[in-house]
Amino acid sequence: MKKSSASFYEKQSFWRKSLNARTALLYLFPSVLLFIVFVFYPMFRTIYLSFFLTDQHGSAALFVGLENYAYILESQAFRNSIKATVLFVLYTVPAGVILALFLALIANEKLKGIGFFRTIYSSTMGISVAASSVVWLFLFHPSIGMFNRLLSLVNLPEVQWLLDPDWALLSVSISTIWLNTGFSFLILLGGLQNIDGYLYESAKIDGAGYWYQLRRITIPMLSPTLFFIITISLINAFQSFGQIDILTKGGPSQATNLIVYSIYREAFVNYQFGTASAQAVFLFLCILIVTIFQFKFGERKVHYQ
Amino acid sequence: MKRVELMNVSKTYDKKTEVISNINVVIEPGEFFVLVGPSGCGKSTMLRMIAGLEEITGGSLRIGEKEANHLPPSKRDISMVFQNYALYPHLTVEENIVFGLHVKRIPKLERKTRCNEVASMLGLSEYLNRKPRELSGGQRQRVALARAIVNEAPICLMDEPLSNLDAKLRAHMRSEIRQIQRRLGITMIYVTHDQVEAMTMGDRIMILHDGKIQQIGKPIDIYNHPVNPFVATFIGSPPMNIADGEVNRQKSEIRIGDEWKIKIPDEDSRLLHKEQILVGIRPEHIRVASKETSPDNRQVVEAINVEILGNETIFSFKIGSYEWMAKWNGQWRLQVGDLIPIQLNYESLCLFDHKTNELLKTPTDIENNILDKEVFL
Repeated sequence: MKKSSASFYEKQSFWRKSLNARTALLYLFPSVLLFIVFVFYPMFRTIYLSFFLTDQHGSAALFVGLENYAYILESQAFRNSIKATVLFVLYTVPAGVILALFLALIANEKLKGIGFFRTIYSSTMGISVAASSVVWLFLFHPSIGMFNRLLSLVNLPEVQWLLDPDWALLSVSISTIWLNTGFSFLILLGGLQNIDGYLYESAKIDGAGYWYQLRRITIPMLSPTLFFIITISLINAFQSFGQIDILTKGGPSQATNLIVYSIYREAFVNYQFGTASAQAVFLFLCILIVTIFQFKFGERKVHYQ
Repeated sequence: MKRVELMNVSKTYDKKTEVISNINVVIEPGEFFVLVGPSGCGKSTMLRMIAGLEEITGGSLRIGEKEANHLPPSKRDISMVFQNYALYPHLTVEENIVFGLHVKRIPKLERKTRCNEVASMLGLSEYLNRKPRELSGGQRQRVALARAIVNEAPICLMDEPLSNLDAKLRAHMRSEIRQIQRRLGITMIYVTHDQVEAMTMGDRIMILHDGKIQQIGKPIDIYNHPVNPFVATFIGSPPMNIADGEVNRQKSEIRIGDEWKIKIPDEDSRLLHKEQILVGIRPEHIRVASKETSPDNRQVVEAINVEILGNETIFSFKIGSYEWMAKWNGQWRLQVGDLIPIQLNYESLCLFDHKTNELLKTPTDIENNILDKEVFL
């Protein structure tokens, strides 16, 4: 009798103890469901597929172990994709962050009509990749494009922006930097406005000049935001797809065939879902490693309040 | 040590309404000068104008013997302590303290010794390697103070530096700041909304209201001779009691409400020219009525609130439509609702003109409360 009442009490207390956990699960349910359907299931399915040869419907047909990985790592085309992707990241991330930081700094000054510039600078955030890529397609156009018109005005030779293998990656990078500036700018501006104005007044009384304030107050205080922006920009650069598809389709001669575009072609043009999955897993690991490194080495220099 | 002189200084943001007008004051070298007033009276703006963080739109400011209206803040020989301390959260206490010295390219060794000196003066030596977020409010306040005095600027400006501290720490820092100022002999301009700070710290205080100077003087002179009802009610705790009074010429008496009548002595017959006046009396000047009190002076009031603060008892009562407070020494066993016989002496009253708010008479019997060192044996 005593025993059963004790176990009843225990049961009761477990049910009551888990009340918070159950409530939390209920609140989490919608997002967990979405994550499972759109993130976790595709992810594990991709990893699974990367060990198989597939039929034309994309279902696993023959287990081949790590052969897909061996194949892509040996393939000249994939190595070329890796090289293009690394170059693309190097072109876009530092330049993009520095440009956004510069714009945020000048837009943070208290001037009349600064709101107009803030809107303009952040406006690229509101434009879709596809729409802006089409605009850039016209800008880069060899004969009617604005860039070549400008070059001819100052008597410089025309550049085949998107058709020359030496220029194509750079051209795509320029449009990507432009595209990402709005977001980075907005986040950095928010970070700048969060810095207490009294810090600058105090520095002013001490006689610190603009550059001194920038170096010793603004940049350190902005470091968490900068760190966030660099991480996001890196991941974005690794995953760029839309502008490649519209501007160059991976060409000319594979110069802009970034990994994500190569995955797309492998899967949906060549119907090699197995090797495409292997590439996707490879990309995932690359981004994971870079991000881990960044957290490990970058975060030490970041000051959180 | 430097003199700060404001001549006809005014400030306007929209070129129409002046938020600060007509400020004339000379702050002497080595003086502890307190700007006090209610929120929004312009005291912080005035301090920021002296610091060069706000533009001066009229009049002139002289620091030392130099015109300083257009000098940048760093050229004004000042240091400043902000209300929220403005410590750099990413720098250690030591880096915070020497920030200004670093800007001025003072050699590393001297930076170190000056920092250590100031840190030991303020008891911060053990915390030099901590970040501000690892310090308590009082310690942060000290770091802000250390940062201001390490520069050895002859003038120090403080903008409500104690308002974020709890009451006990505030009382402690009050005397500490005062002692440091005395020891270093710096000219201090101190902004506060707390009249207790103003009274206890200032050599002289300036009371501001709506951007205008109400009164400048030694704290005790302002307490004894407030020039208008605003100053009278602002300085002192609890504040001076104020009520409308009417002068009855025939009977030569002041009437407050219906029941209170106070005789005007013959030597103050000039008051009879007025009709409406404001009657003020400090809570401690309201006395208990004794047997000797003439029935004219005696009134019985009903206590509506009683506070016993250790050795002082404060009770409030209604007089006409006003609520007045009286402060008596000792622990009076009073209950709410008790009837208390009190007397108001003409000598204790402070009278103001009803229209111009001008001071007509100050209390004349406060001498009993002033004690000199001669009483020591």
